[in-house]
Amino acid sequence: MTPAALIDMATSAALVILSIALLLTVVRIVRGPTLADRVLGLDMLVAVAIGMIAVIALRSGFTLYIDIAIALGLVGFLATIAFARFILARGLNPEAEGGRGAVAAVARKPAVSGAKAGKKAQGKGRKGKG
Amino acid sequence: METALPLILSGALAVLVVVGALFTLTAAIGLLRFPDLFTRMHAASKAGTVGASLLLLAAGLHTGELYVLFRALAGVVFFVLTAPISAHLLAKAAHEMGYRLSRLTVRDDLKR
Repeated sequence: MTPAALIDMATSAALVILSIALLLTVVRIVRGPTLADRVLGLDMLVAVAIGMIAVIALRSGFTLYIDIAIALGLVGFLATIAFARFILARGLNPEAEGGRGAVAAVARKPAVSGAKAGKKAQGKGRKGKG
Repeated sequence: METALPLILSGALAVLVVVGALFTLTAAIGLLRFPDLFTRMHAASKAGTVGASLLLLAAGLHTGELYVLFRALAGVVFFVLTAPISAHLLAKAAHEMGYRLSRLTVRDDLKR
């Protein structure tokens, strides 16, 4: 096997693996359940995209793609910082988040004491609204 | 592919690329399967950083030019520096705003 063919094969496999990782991260962003989970998913999406750009740089031979990856890392870092400050500044409890985010997550999680936890979360949610 | 790399070097590059992609896939699986925000953050910020860094390193080593390698290393250093900062800030904001920990958590030193 020639070296070029070997690298071609490895980059193809890496692109397939990275695409699967990208899809799994998108599933987490869609499922949530809270805002912070989605922000974390976006952060991970940027990391996967940087890896993908690096693989494309290796495959195509255009080293300019490395600069694009660095720029994307900068943008992703600033976006995550801004979202973290937003979560901090908004000052909302996740259980008061329209009753959709954290309440559903808590009610879904425990198998045995699910009803109790769900009731407790509902009570808190009502208190928060009133 | 215009540069003719020796077989050993291109084999090492292929291993680097595939291992980096597998690290990223591991991070994505951890992001999907861990029970709460803070454990997910642990998967995404550590394994994700290693995966992207390995892939950038492979891209820098590929041409054999020194300035390409240094640019890729600058990217790696930048990524390794900023990933813990953003993860820490997000975790601190989420904990301060009362995001719940998983029931499997045994210890919370920042409890209010």
